Amino acid sequence: MLRKILTILSFLAVFSVSAAHADQKKIGFIYIGPPGDHGWTYMHDQGRIYMENALGDSISTTYIENVPENADAVRAIRKLAASGHDLIFTTSFNYMDQTLEVAKEFPDVKFEHATGFKRMDNVSTYSARFYEGRTIIGHIAGKMTKTNTIGYIVSFPIPEVIRGINAFYLAASKVNPDVKIKIIWNYSWYDPGKEADAANTLINQGADIIVQHTDSYAPCQAAEKAGVLAFGQASNQEAFCPNSHMTSIEDIWGPYYAAKAQAVVDGTWSSEDTWQGFKDGMVEMSPYNTKLLPLDLILEAKNMETAIENGTLHSFEGPIYNQAGELVVKEGEVADDGMLASMMFYVQGIDGEVPQ
Amino acid sequence: MVFLIKVQLREDYSNLIFYLSPLVAVALTLFFGSFIFLILDLSPIESFKIFFISPISNSYGISELFVKATPLAIIALGLSYCFKNNIYNIGAEGQLTMGAIFGGGIGLLFNDSTSVFLLPSMILFGALGGAFWATIPAILKTKFNTNEILTSLMLTYVALFILDYFVVGPWKDPAGYGLPKSMPFPDAGRLPVLIDGLRVHIGVYFALIISLITYIIYNRTLFGFKLKVTGLSSKASQYAGFKYKNLIFYTFIISGACAGLAGLFEVSGPIGLLYRDISPNYGFTAIIVAFLGRLNPFGIILSSLLIALTYLGAEDAQLFLKIPSAVGFVFQGLVLFFLLGTDFLNKYKVFIK
Repeated sequence: MLRKILTILSFLAVFSVSAAHADQKKIGFIYIGPPGDHGWTYMHDQGRIYMENALGDSISTTYIENVPENADAVRAIRKLAASGHDLIFTTSFNYMDQTLEVAKEFPDVKFEHATGFKRMDNVSTYSARFYEGRTIIGHIAGKMTKTNTIGYIVSFPIPEVIRGINAFYLAASKVNPDVKIKIIWNYSWYDPGKEADAANTLINQGADIIVQHTDSYAPCQAAEKAGVLAFGQASNQEAFCPNSHMTSIEDIWGPYYAAKAQAVVDGTWSSEDTWQGFKDGMVEMSPYNTKLLPLDLILEAKNMETAIENGTLHSFEGPIYNQAGELVVKEGEVADDGMLASMMFYVQGIDGEVPQ
Repeated sequence: MVFLIKVQLREDYSNLIFYLSPLVAVALTLFFGSFIFLILDLSPIESFKIFFISPISNSYGISELFVKATPLAIIALGLSYCFKNNIYNIGAEGQLTMGAIFGGGIGLLFNDSTSVFLLPSMILFGALGGAFWATIPAILKTKFNTNEILTSLMLTYVALFILDYFVVGPWKDPAGYGLPKSMPFPDAGRLPVLIDGLRVHIGVYFALIISLITYIIYNRTLFGFKLKVTGLSSKASQYAGFKYKNLIFYTFIISGACAGLAGLFEVSGPIGLLYRDISPNYGFTAIIVAFLGRLNPFGIILSSLLIALTYLGAEDAQLFLKIPSAVGFVFQGLVLFFLLGTDFLNKYKVFIK
């Protein structure tokens, strides 16, 4: 009896596979973690679901989760390529060389590598201007801090993170020249224990606002416990810390994923470098917490979002000096994308050195 | 009502069942695994096909199986010396890391070298690095009678922090955009692959040779005999005049050297540089491999292939069945659970009153 059921089931499985559309485009994702319910991978998975809903039957999607950034990544990416996927998104910076390695072997498959900078004819790169969100939270932090000390938990000393610190500090010090930021380097994107420890250390040093450039909600929960304020990262973290969470900088990948998938369906995909922010909706602010923030500050923040969108405000407006006091962006100018992409220095006013 | 469970040592302990129990464990895993698939609304036969056959249905897949099994086999062979001696070295992951630091360090120090001696010296230093790291718990055990499970495990984290220090600090690639990665090793420091276009490398030969040497040591040498006697009864071993402390040192050094070798093979083989995530916990998974292989040098080769297959299968299962990667770990856990269960029931009688 059991055998009969098994046979029928296995026939069904074979049938359902062969019933799939022949002209359907297959789109695969490589995730650094499990999708879960918050953070970096969660937002990429939300983007995948958005894309599925937008394109319907013309595509089908697959993902491989928990792919380590070591020798295993090549095999996982290659499996997607070898099993007939037409477009593959590799959603972590450290898949860069592995993506290129597989892309060389499969010239007909299109690859999209998140936050990288190496491209090929069949490899695009894409990233979001997260720093625009840092300008908003910097402004809010500058106005909300009472101790004038802000704790900032960061992952790795790479341009994206340094740029975020600078954008944050420039906006905060503009409205509050006395503001100081204390930085802790965690050398990890996701380590709830370490992130909570870092938050507690910063709070003990007098920080009354916790900012994170890491992926767990441990910092804002530590802030909530200690009765101080916090900002979230990647996805809306309000549910995890409703009494400390002012807003989060959200990564919105869906429209970009849908556009690139549509390009593959239409046969118009080409290799390019995409870097989008508020204007194109790749970065969004979570709803501002009305219990914690005064209404006029929320309005200011929203006006800043609009100003950045239509180009009347830029996160890096001159004059900007580096720590040595040299003018790096002249009065009346803004930092160009080249400088932003390779930014490895702190602006004047930030204490400490960029770890080398 | 109270149930009393009584356990009694069996007099009719069976050696045959001891060697058959891995097969029993695998069979039970398949049986209970099929219920997992049924609960997930999947056909067990089709699912097992995707899990265990589809990953190795082409030459690339078979090559990847060896890539994954090689470090597991080499580490587990080393661990078998410790485990046979009833020494529980849990820190192979740390010894692997130290091997990668020592051997990889040579590759980075001589990064413009084209010498044919570069790779052999990296391999040598890799083994030395692992052995060095393993002597620390050995010294603590013999001098202070410290529990080696704790010390070797904790030293794993120390080793990972040391690797962190090097890739964040002195060995960081100046052209690496600040990321904690070293520059790539020179070509002369890369492990040759066996077949062009595939990643299977000469580490496979090392695994087979180590397995053969281990077989000879276990069955044809006095050292192997001492290990066996000590493992069965440390009192008998002392009575025979074997120096237990020396045995502890030798077994730690051998297992550390093997783990270090595996670490060096991983970085100079498929990876090609140093960074923090070099090993997906090979050092810990190898403990399962060693026991599943019954601490037998040939059994370990087979069990390393089986465990490697569960990793590859978990990837294919995500791809074709759309089930989470955790299913692979569930299978590893089931195999180990049933193995320990059959071992226990083979060794003890259980009464319920």
